[in-house]
Amino acid sequence: MGIDLSQFHQVFFEESYEGLDVMESALLNLQPDTVDSETINEIFRAAHSIKGGSGTFGFIDVADFTHVIETLLDEIRSGTRKITSETVDLFLQSVDCIRKLIQQHDAGEPCVIPEAVELKKVFEGILSGGDSENESVSSPEPASTITEIDDQTGDGSQADSPLTHGWKIYFKPELDILKTGNDPLRMFRELASLGALSITADISQVPPIGSIDPEACYMAWELELDADVSKSAVDEVFEWVVDESELRIEPLGSDDAVSDVKPEVLVETAIEEITLAPTASTPEVVVQPEEMTSKPKKDASKVEVSSIRVGIDKVDDLINMVGELVITQSMLGELGLDFTMDSLPRLLEGIEQLSQNTRELQESVMRIRMLPISFTFSRFPRLVHDLSRTMNKKIELKLTGEQTELDKTVMEKIGDPLVHLVRNSLDHGIEMPEDRVKAGKPETGTITLNAFHQSGNIVIQIIDDGAGLNKPRILQKAIEKELVSENDNLSDDQIHDLIFKPGFSTADQVSDISGRGVGMDVVRRNINELNGSVEVESTEGQGSVFTIRLPLTLAILDGQLIRVGDKVYILPLISIVESIQSFQGMLHRVVGGCDLLRLRDEYVPIIKLSSIFNIKSTTQEMEDGLLVVVEGDNMKVAILIDDLEAQQQVVIKSLEENYKRVDGVSGATILGNGTVSLILDIPGLIKLAGVQRYEYKMANNDDDRAA
Amino acid sequence: MARILAVDDSASMRQMVSFTLKGAGHDVIEASDGKEALGKAKGTQVDLVLSDVNMPVMDGLTLVKELRALPNYKFIPILMLTTESTGDKKMEGKQAGATGWLVKPFNPDQLLATIKKVLG
Amino acid sequence: MVNNETESSSITRINDDTEDSVAHEPSEQYLTFYIEDEIYGVDILSVQEIRGWEPATEIPNAPEYIKGVINLRGTVVPITDLRCRFGIKQFEYSGVTVVIIVKVQSGKSDKTMGVVVDAVSDVSNFNKSEIHPAPELSENKNTAFVKGLGSTENKMVILLDINKLMNTSDDTDLSRVSQVVSA
Repeated sequence: MGIDLSQFHQVFFEESYEGLDVMESALLNLQPDTVDSETINEIFRAAHSIKGGSGTFGFIDVADFTHVIETLLDEIRSGTRKITSETVDLFLQSVDCIRKLIQQHDAGEPCVIPEAVELKKVFEGILSGGDSENESVSSPEPASTITEIDDQTGDGSQADSPLTHGWKIYFKPELDILKTGNDPLRMFRELASLGALSITADISQVPPIGSIDPEACYMAWELELDADVSKSAVDEVFEWVVDESELRIEPLGSDDAVSDVKPEVLVETAIEEITLAPTASTPEVVVQPEEMTSKPKKDASKVEVSSIRVGIDKVDDLINMVGELVITQSMLGELGLDFTMDSLPRLLEGIEQLSQNTRELQESVMRIRMLPISFTFSRFPRLVHDLSRTMNKKIELKLTGEQTELDKTVMEKIGDPLVHLVRNSLDHGIEMPEDRVKAGKPETGTITLNAFHQSGNIVIQIIDDGAGLNKPRILQKAIEKELVSENDNLSDDQIHDLIFKPGFSTADQVSDISGRGVGMDVVRRNINELNGSVEVESTEGQGSVFTIRLPLTLAILDGQLIRVGDKVYILPLISIVESIQSFQGMLHRVVGGCDLLRLRDEYVPIIKLSSIFNIKSTTQEMEDGLLVVVEGDNMKVAILIDDLEAQQQVVIKSLEENYKRVDGVSGATILGNGTVSLILDIPGLIKLAGVQRYEYKMANNDDDRAA
Repeated sequence: MARILAVDDSASMRQMVSFTLKGAGHDVIEASDGKEALGKAKGTQVDLVLSDVNMPVMDGLTLVKELRALPNYKFIPILMLTTESTGDKKMEGKQAGATGWLVKPFNPDQLLATIKKVLG
Repeated sequence: MVNNETESSSITRINDDTEDSVAHEPSEQYLTFYIEDEIYGVDILSVQEIRGWEPATEIPNAPEYIKGVINLRGTVVPITDLRCRFGIKQFEYSGVTVVIIVKVQSGKSDKTMGVVVDAVSDVSNFNKSEIHPAPELSENKNTAFVKGLGSTENKMVILLDINKLMNTSDDTDLSRVSQVVSA
């Protein structure tokens, strides 16, 4: 006792939520026909951990519920049971149930959840009705996880009741016993702690000295334990080796003379057994009341509802910076003790350092708030799975750019508008499978969620390959609703934009999916409130792209510093494919066009940063420079620079905040020395350089990407 | 006091085990999967290994086999922390070379009692 | 051109306790500065701070008068050289070259920008009635950002509407500004 398990609860809750997310996404990936054992394993592991933890920390309802699921998963894993799409749906529902159960514990107010009870019954039904006999018997009883401990140690419970006055034991371990880390001497010591022990060794099996394997155990022992202990206590000593050994445990006959020899010892061992041994003496029950009493404490910790998981590297950064701050502080402190005007430069230097430290510290603290957008994206596979079932549509969801980081607050607020847009694409965008086939499209529609950084913004796109916006209908509706007049001459974009007008809804029948009355105007308003914008581009018959742009209060980028002349720019590390130092033989000069780099089997257009940015390069000849091959906008280009410098994480600052958009530049950052450096925007550079896509295509005759 | 390697992919279990053992004066090294554990076991000699069975990357059974193949871990006690109460898992563990097991859920006292069993 | 009865003192030093002038006439405070031989003024309320010149990071393909961007306590601030903006021959920046950091209204938001001037002169109070309209009331957009003219110590001060000035599109030729106003 003495250890307050509630201190581990928060960690358990968090890892359980994570585990549930893992289960959910793995379940969504599961193809019932071709079961991938690693995916099943992953799901099993997550369920298993939740069960183990909830049992340990006393959340019995969670443990019981999870146990049933785990059992079924184990059968699927071992191949004794087939998985169907119905079971997948059941598992998904159970994930929701477990999440609810844990949330209630997390909130400090556990109570019965009816769905959980129902669902558990369904699972138990499957288990008992199915082809597995052994598990189904034990699992329906609610206390099964608790009784496990009883099972292992308490199987001899009937034999326990009449205590004998000692035990005669014959123990002959297998030769390899030592190689499992089991040591007979240790066991004897344990026995001796129960009472007086006499040991006789049988060395008859020990081979002649020359042929002894020093790692083998050739001995056997006869032991007599003079103690008033149950057989299970003795069994327990040999618990781990019983299967590989010859072991006989018999009562020491009826001579009770020993019992009054050392009464104190008996009392002592009895106490020891109760407090220490993991016997059948209701171990789990002891834990539970402890959990109950710790509830009030739980309430106190409830205040910190919102927590954030931070990568160790970010914390290390902080610690380093605080370290520097401390050094600066002590330097200034020392200076102040004995200050003369001579030390003024050092004082100024110190103050400068202090402000640098403070700024870096501030940025690092802000950085902690940045999370990958995968936290938001992760809820969509489930949403799309469930909705497409409801609507009888076939839809595949693709997620890209999930590692794009954005501020936690922005992320929390963008969730709902995103859900709305995805639902909208599902509902209005993607057609019914038969209509898709008629239109000559694949039966399964695709919705892509994409995120990336651009111009100090985070851009999130919802792309569908559905029917596209129906312009005539939108226009007609807008005229009906008097949003525009018939005489207005509107461009396509203007027509598309009408869907964001208040009170606009084009669904022929208002469905549950896109909600009632709540239209795209609310989405736009919510996004505008975040100082962002949303736009739609659409091609009839081919699909729509909704583009959300959100300003970044702060964003982080892994940057590669590059140098051209005396200017240092930053390339997003993620866009870099490779860099090439000597490329004389690979150049393909094009008269009147842009030079190409022959890279293995493709031609890559070369962009000279010095010429498109109008800056002086230190290298006279192209061949003296360095080519960095980058990818952006689905095409590769090679950027000619003078040199590569360090790689570092940079904080993206907006140029537009105080200036305006600059072609070829996505934002700025402040380097360690306090100067501003510009972050290059690959698609922007491609545009700026006027590299034509057809040029690229000509170089790749069989590539029709330009279509 | 002993140096103990605690291996579990669940952070809460790992913390609980580690906290309990440290409270009893042991030196604890943590690892979140078999591979990490193996690396750490090679880096330093531990007196006892406590390992979960189901873990990503490298599971507990593989870890035991790998450890037993190392000369300095031939005789070191290795306990499996397992939830399976059925016989086969225990046998699998034994066959892999585990010393014994501790069935989850367990409380800190049960953990300490079991540790005492192997460390004397 | 002159449309008001001039009072005894046309400008008031802010340091002076000229309660009377403040009392019966609304006045505005301007930060005045030199470019070439002219004195210009900007509304003191839009001025955030005055800094010495420091090298800025150049912005590719930006107009010549945009000297680049600097790091102002963590925000990226563009620097405009007014001399260059007005088409006046540039000279080397020196230790006394000054950057005035101003807050400019642009659309819904505020932008922080830096303006390079030759030297800062003073902070002066101008009574509203003492501000004369800019000479050319024609359609000439070049004078749209001149709020009016004031005078201090018998020298004319061109009072700039910084919001309009900084929002004037890049390609607008402002090279005749100084000639226009001094004409």
